[in-house]
Amino acid sequence: MAVSMLASALPLASARAEPRATEFTLANGLDVVVIPDHRAPVVTHMIWYKVGSADEPKGVSGIAHFLEHLMFKSTDKIAVGEFSKIISRLGGQDNAFTGQDVTSYHQRISKERLGTVMEMEADRMEHLRLTSEEVATERQVILEERRSRIDNNPTALLDEQMNATLYLSHPYGIPVIGWEHEMAKLSREDAMHFYKRYYAPNNAILVVAGDVTPQEVKRLAEETYGKVPANPSVDRRMRPEEPPHIASRRLELKDPRAGNASFHRYYVAPSYSTAKPGEAEALDLLMKILADGSTSRLYRKLVVEDKIAATTGGDYSGWGLDGGAVSLYAVAGGSNGLDKIEASVDGVLDDIRANGVTEVELARAKKSLLADYIYESDNQASLARRYGWGVAVGRSVADIEKWPQAIAKVTQDDIKHAADTYLDLRGSVTGYLVPEELEGEGKPIEQPVAHSLRETR
Amino acid sequence: MVLENLLRAKLGRASWAPLAAVVALFATSSSPANAMKIQTIKSPGGIEAWLVEEHAVPMMAMRFAFDGGSSQDPEGKEGLANFVTAMLDEGAGDLSAREFQERMEDLSMRMSYEEAKDAFYGNFETLTANRDEAAKLLKAALTKPHFEADSIERIRQQLIAGLLYAARDPDKVAQKEWYALAFKGHPYARPANGTEKSVGGITHDDLDGYRRRVFAKNTLKVVAVGDIDAAQFGRLLDEVFGDLPDKAQLTPVSKTTPVTGGKQEVIEMNVPQSVAVFGLGAMPRRDPEFIPAFVLNQILGGGGFASKLMEEVREKRGLAYSVYTYVYPYQHASIFSGGVATRNDAMGQSLDVIRDELKKMADQGPSQEDLDNAKNYLIGSYPLRFDTNAKIATQLLGLRMDGFGPEYVENRNAMIAAVTLDDMKRVAKNLLATQNLIVTIVGKPTLGAAAKKG
Repeated sequence: MAVSMLASALPLASARAEPRATEFTLANGLDVVVIPDHRAPVVTHMIWYKVGSADEPKGVSGIAHFLEHLMFKSTDKIAVGEFSKIISRLGGQDNAFTGQDVTSYHQRISKERLGTVMEMEADRMEHLRLTSEEVATERQVILEERRSRIDNNPTALLDEQMNATLYLSHPYGIPVIGWEHEMAKLSREDAMHFYKRYYAPNNAILVVAGDVTPQEVKRLAEETYGKVPANPSVDRRMRPEEPPHIASRRLELKDPRAGNASFHRYYVAPSYSTAKPGEAEALDLLMKILADGSTSRLYRKLVVEDKIAATTGGDYSGWGLDGGAVSLYAVAGGSNGLDKIEASVDGVLDDIRANGVTEVELARAKKSLLADYIYESDNQASLARRYGWGVAVGRSVADIEKWPQAIAKVTQDDIKHAADTYLDLRGSVTGYLVPEELEGEGKPIEQPVAHSLRETR
Repeated sequence: MVLENLLRAKLGRASWAPLAAVVALFATSSSPANAMKIQTIKSPGGIEAWLVEEHAVPMMAMRFAFDGGSSQDPEGKEGLANFVTAMLDEGAGDLSAREFQERMEDLSMRMSYEEAKDAFYGNFETLTANRDEAAKLLKAALTKPHFEADSIERIRQQLIAGLLYAARDPDKVAQKEWYALAFKGHPYARPANGTEKSVGGITHDDLDGYRRRVFAKNTLKVVAVGDIDAAQFGRLLDEVFGDLPDKAQLTPVSKTTPVTGGKQEVIEMNVPQSVAVFGLGAMPRRDPEFIPAFVLNQILGGGGFASKLMEEVREKRGLAYSVYTYVYPYQHASIFSGGVATRNDAMGQSLDVIRDELKKMADQGPSQEDLDNAKNYLIGSYPLRFDTNAKIATQLLGLRMDGFGPEYVENRNAMIAAVTLDDMKRVAKNLLATQNLIVTIVGKPTLGAAAKKG
């Protein structure tokens, strides 16, 4: 296994003998990636469509995600709502998700059932049926989903507002789930139009990870997906481009549910798909050093030394087709003001932009990212996701598999350059989430949940 | 921020709420169809453990637990066990907090802790190349943690910020209030993360006292999966745990059951969508009726899109994104519980539908087809719980915590297969006593007549 080579090569990943994934393309244009993993007699099957919320027509926000829900209704062969029930009766689990650039459907199941699952997935690639009544009921479900994920959560509301502000023209500013008033109008026709335009084998990637060989998968894929005709007019993705960002933006959300006040900052940045070679890797390492965990620069300065924040964090999202983003946050400790927090964060950022990071920090960050990569390789579903997402946003299997070597090559200068270029306030939005006292909120609630079942993932 | 990036990155179709159901599944987990071999070993120093060797990836995952958990928090010190979970990488042995955390990164090791009501859990993962050094660090964390004043204040501030945030999260408030209502007067009723006041009062001596009382060999359960053989694992066990005291000093916790007679509480919060948690008492894990109850739960609300409640509440009526149930055996009480989130003006309707479904199931039981489908899923999906080192370790530790031997894994599917329709009808009737349903609702719900009655 390639993974064992990586581990023994730590801290610096070295070249590897062979890729672990096999890639081929069917005659109708379907890309196929197979990742053998023979530890358990199970497979993860994923179909990825190269379409997401950023491809929605203007004013029809949420349709990509709504269609993803509606794909579980019926086809000529499968009765309404039966898709998941059939998978369940076969001892499998299924689900789907929608992003800005991708939509994915996946099942985990014993390997003997792989052919059946592929047949079912190929069937709904071509033969989806929808009634207006089904659409109306499911629309209530996505509105409830929006309430659960966004409207009931002030941090999510602020995130939505900040994204909408960060992008001046590109549809990454529109929430994946959709704006509520537009979601309420989504119709059967909207869904079918989107489906016909984007769901086709020549706009999709099949990923199978697990106890299979590439030969078996190829045979099954030809018997199932191979029969779905290509759609020659499938649209290329033409999204509006961002103009230059010349002014920093700020916003504040007051919410009685906010808890401690918190500071948030987003910057536009390139992604693995758009960056110059090595730049996205440098951003990954920069954010590891700057904002990940209790050894990070932000945590050490704001939480340990200055004692003004309760916690800090941040991340680089580098998986977008048209660009990435850097995000940072700090939760105020006690009654410390957000202006003080912001000044301290900016002090840390200015220092790293001017002076870069130390050799020790960089070595540690590399080791840490490579270890994450290996631990993640223990999980077949994570592997399938790594390849599926990468290929869906235009990376090659070779790019994906050379990531450890690319990380190893990043220098201190690269990090400093990335920090100086992209931690530029002109390309940023700063958000304050501030608690607001409200009278008559009913019974005062002072304690968190006492439930003992905790999230471990 | 993780949350924000998740939101930006993707939206799934299924709910995230059945987390609890996933945990419940672990509790009755079962036998993988592959050739996984569980070795029961005893270290030279006498520590018993389970091991699955898997040399494909050069890493290992170890999971361990001590009896105790948050039910050992002294009165007025609620949140103590949770506080300890956050303090064990804050300096130990001859390493300061910063040195300890940097050393963990240098070794690429993972160490984390979490407390449940009945146990204090540890997770440890290491790459094979660094195993010995990582084990030394783990040992220091368990036997020589510093609990320095500076770290205590920092973590305290984080915990209190977390409490304030959770107090505004309708899901968390509904859960917390459910336990407070169902187990009034028992340690299970108390908030595991404490209150601002209780966390505010926790001292160095509290933290150190907790680990001295709870971390002991006689209640330790350990499993490991990965690139390590029995002899190596035996040495690692003695290295890490050998210096712990032989006996824990635990405060006895009494057996209990959720209150009966039906209760309902509304906690007002200004949110567009109300969240409800419902539940009642169930049978202990070792009761012969537990397995049928587990299958029944699968049919009712544990089976995702294949479940009755999902069908009635979400698919047919569009009343919720997520509705789920689970059956969970704590050490001192068992519960059947579930939850739903619905816009305020339709919450009453959601609860009415759920009550009706529970009643219908209690009166009639499921159909043969329902039973067959549930069994097919539970039996067929069993290997999915054993496909990573980390998952296998979690499964095996769950079995040890419930007092089962490794043979359980081989026998489990036969136990599911043996459940009959008569078993289901009997268990449904006994378990789903809807007059005893305890319901907590957070939001500004409009409640129907039936839901109001409780």
